[in-house]
Amino acid sequence: MVKRIYIREEYCMGCRLCEVHCLVQHSKTKNIIKAYKGEYPKPIPRIIVEEKGYVSFALQCRHCEDAPCLEACITGAMYRDKKTGAVLCDEDKCIGCWMCIMVCPFGVISRNIEGKKIASKCDLCVGEEVPVCVKNCPNEAIVCEEEK
Amino acid sequence: MDRFHEKDISGCGIIGIMEQSGKRFSGRDIITSIASMRERANGLGGGFAAYGIYPEFKRDWCFHMMFENKSAMVQTEEYIRDNYKIVKDEIIPTKEDKSIKYRPLLWRYFLQPKEEKKKLHYDITEEDFVAKTVIEINTRISGAFVASSGKNMGVFKGVGYPEDIGRFYRLEEYEAYIWTAHGRFPTNTVGWWGGAHPFGLLDWSVIHNGEISSYGINKRFLLNYGYVCAFFTDTEVITYLFDLLVRKHKLSFEVAADILTAPFWDDIERQSEEKREISQALRIIYGSALVNGPFSVIVANTNTMVGLNDRIKLRPLVAATSGNKLYIASEESAIREVCPTPDEVWMPKAGEPVIGRLKGKNG
Amino acid sequence: MAKRPTPTEFIIERDEGKCIACQVCVRMCSNDAHSYDPETDTVTSDSTKCVGCHFCETICPTGAIIIKRNPSEFKLNANWSAQVIRNITKQAETSGVLLTGMGCDKPYPVYWDHIVLNASQVTNPSIDPLREPMELRTYIGRKPDRIELTAHSPQSTEKNKIPSAMDYRLLTKLSPQLKLETPILFSAMSYGSISLNACISLARAAKEIGTFYNTGEGGLHKDLYEYGAHTIVQVASGRFGVHREYLEAGAAIEIKIGQGAKPGIGGHLPGEKVSEEISQTRMIPVGTDALSPAPHHDIYSIEDLKQLIFALKEATRYSKPVGVKISAVHNVAPIASGIVRAGADFVAIDGLRGGTGAAPTVIRDNVGIPIELAIAAVDNRLREEGIRNQASLIAAGGIRSSSDVIKAIALGADAVYIGTAALVAMGCNLCQRCYTGKCNWGIATQDPYLTKRLNPDIGTRRLVNLLRAWSLEIKEMLGGMGINAIESLRGNREQLRGVGLSDTDLKLLGIKPAGEAW
Repeated sequence: MVKRIYIREEYCMGCRLCEVHCLVQHSKTKNIIKAYKGEYPKPIPRIIVEEKGYVSFALQCRHCEDAPCLEACITGAMYRDKKTGAVLCDEDKCIGCWMCIMVCPFGVISRNIEGKKIASKCDLCVGEEVPVCVKNCPNEAIVCEEEK
Repeated sequence: MDRFHEKDISGCGIIGIMEQSGKRFSGRDIITSIASMRERANGLGGGFAAYGIYPEFKRDWCFHMMFENKSAMVQTEEYIRDNYKIVKDEIIPTKEDKSIKYRPLLWRYFLQPKEEKKKLHYDITEEDFVAKTVIEINTRISGAFVASSGKNMGVFKGVGYPEDIGRFYRLEEYEAYIWTAHGRFPTNTVGWWGGAHPFGLLDWSVIHNGEISSYGINKRFLLNYGYVCAFFTDTEVITYLFDLLVRKHKLSFEVAADILTAPFWDDIERQSEEKREISQALRIIYGSALVNGPFSVIVANTNTMVGLNDRIKLRPLVAATSGNKLYIASEESAIREVCPTPDEVWMPKAGEPVIGRLKGKNG
Repeated sequence: MAKRPTPTEFIIERDEGKCIACQVCVRMCSNDAHSYDPETDTVTSDSTKCVGCHFCETICPTGAIIIKRNPSEFKLNANWSAQVIRNITKQAETSGVLLTGMGCDKPYPVYWDHIVLNASQVTNPSIDPLREPMELRTYIGRKPDRIELTAHSPQSTEKNKIPSAMDYRLLTKLSPQLKLETPILFSAMSYGSISLNACISLARAAKEIGTFYNTGEGGLHKDLYEYGAHTIVQVASGRFGVHREYLEAGAAIEIKIGQGAKPGIGGHLPGEKVSEEISQTRMIPVGTDALSPAPHHDIYSIEDLKQLIFALKEATRYSKPVGVKISAVHNVAPIASGIVRAGADFVAIDGLRGGTGAAPTVIRDNVGIPIELAIAAVDNRLREEGIRNQASLIAAGGIRSSSDVIKAIALGADAVYIGTAALVAMGCNLCQRCYTGKCNWGIATQDPYLTKRLNPDIGTRRLVNLLRAWSLEIKEMLGGMGINAIESLRGNREQLRGVGLSDTDLKLLGIKPAGEAW
């Protein structure tokens, strides 16, 4: 069964700790202080908190069943992991053409221009039991559950 | 040490024998039987209750008295004379026994409440009037103690091993249809004569092996119903609880047992709907009368002898029948000592009462 | 005129080596104590705004923040403490009544901490609650003096046929009772003083554990009706939100006369807090102050209370217990006796240390008596009058742990109310600023930015955990005493001993000093 990340915006308090932890998880050192203060290229989070008034919620790649980014990728960098169903970006193959960004209906792929230009997106924290945004959300506003 | 203000805690041996036909038999068997459980006592208290021993005075309240000195006796007699007609009074006959020391003056009175006093206390029953007298003497007259106060029954107790106490009181010369006996192993009180078991009030007698952890609330529950516990003993509390439930609230011994050793809620859930409703109501209403902590107890009154264990059976209790005779004891050996081949021997379950009744009477 | 700055109560210490300028603290502080400077990419803090709720400290991902008490000290003076000077300064500036939240924080003796429990040794085996049954079930409500069963006919003494309660029919009709699986209820906290998410957490936890929460004088939000079977609905002096469906929805009704934190005075929910939802629930216009009068203006005497009790019983067709909550004051025992005789099925007594969402500090800290003495006095009085069985006694006001619970019960309470402890379980750190409506934990606030910070799933789980933990601890203590049902401890003061108490204290509490045997 594919696990998905679900958002409960009624409990998102907008602290953006998910962004902090996502950034650290995708840094070289995976050390929160070094990731913020010492790394270049500066890591960027792959989850974004959207806010308007008191409504806020975290958003990251939905790993669509019918993912337009897969179709749009010209180098085959964007691929689907057969086991987890996650849509992943092979950064070695990515050339930073950003077609994926153009076609993404959720706007959750971002440009990473800190080093080599690549597309940056949620990888469901490969290797982690639970994605770090889920694990570290203080109010359980991001949950990882079997697909509903 | 103030003897009245020490709560009683003890390990003990207990035995009760009842001839349910009402036929009376001598005290020899009960002495033999309790002697076999000498290991369960430590010489600091022993006693007996006997029912049916004064058939010629069966309408009179019989007070077995212990006086520590002559002035206590004078004061008590003055108080009794004010309220009762003394039908007869005499020394309780005893036999010298080297092992029995420092005995108090032992006297018995056969009494009838004065008519004018009964009229004055028209709002209480004669039983309550007598109970009031007993509590009055025990709490107000220093050095005087009422060991028993029922009709056609008596309590014989003192400091010593029970078999010595039995011989001292010459119990083999009495005949009763219920005999209960107790050998005491107190862990905290210096033995005193009044503190030995059985505890007696009206025709109730209670012998008990155990420690009642719910004592504090049982005592205060009884206060709600006007009982003042004066002696800090578990037996006193159990006696009053039976008096309240059986005499005043007119419940059967079975229901009283369901209150004192209430079934667990889990077990109640499994009962039939009708029974569950009653069990729930009993626990809700009489929760503070639940007797908690390890005990086995034998309670007797004129018509009944009841053995009861705590709700998780932390103290021994065994029962046997032979013809019309019902035996309840701490140890099977104590029964077989006087009844080698009983018809039936069984271990009553926790909280399950063993009840002996006089034939043709309701208990 | 410029305000004279009052010395700040707290100092926010930021470890610059650890601070990554992620701005979580900036976003989260409802008092705007932290701010971000994009020019220097640094976060700085203004300690004067800090209320000491420790939310930022809890949520900072690098542990860069520590909140400390301001070490700046006035000249040491046993009479004129920093708090006293701060209060006078504040009042000299504002001419106002000082407000506060939560319970009394003055160092009155806490009797719980001078009472110890018994355990079995040798003469009485202790019981292991993990292996043997251990019962905490408690019934709240009026109990009759005695049971009535149909006449019995005892049969034989055969061991196989033991006639038991089953051979009778029950004639007694029991008054309605509340069944508690553990002798702990959640105290009255209104929707208004706390957020809907906090109410939902309490309601769900009460349902899961098998106990009750209390609406306070806030009415019942439409989303809470589904928890009615675990709700005690309150009728207080303002009668806010009281209507037929409300009374019918609850499992019991509580008439609130007084509250431990503010005996003798009413309540005040400022209009700013009266949102659309609260307006509907309380049945008052949006934005108007909700003022609860100090007394009930239809209760000026005990017979008036009796009328209200029976009016409520009539209104609900005698289907549920009706109780009365009072604060513990000097005359609490005779008052409680009067309440029982007026027909209340339970009496809740809230002691000196009871909490509040908002109260004048001077009242909170100086009026009322400690709950320990009140329980002892009331229980004694009711027993002396032979009416203890006619009503249950719920103790409230500063119950902090399972040992406080068990001691309260041994002193004579049937059950306890917990309020502050429940809030702490949900996150509260007792900054005592509930009355500002800026609770960072999303508890004592109606601000939609803040209320969503309390996820009721988490709130429920934490409350359930707390009650489970306390219940298990109570079972352990009971087992140690060789007792396997809570009713054998209730009012069983023999199991308690006082340490370091005066003879008068011991007498009032009805317990013996430690060192004295039975």
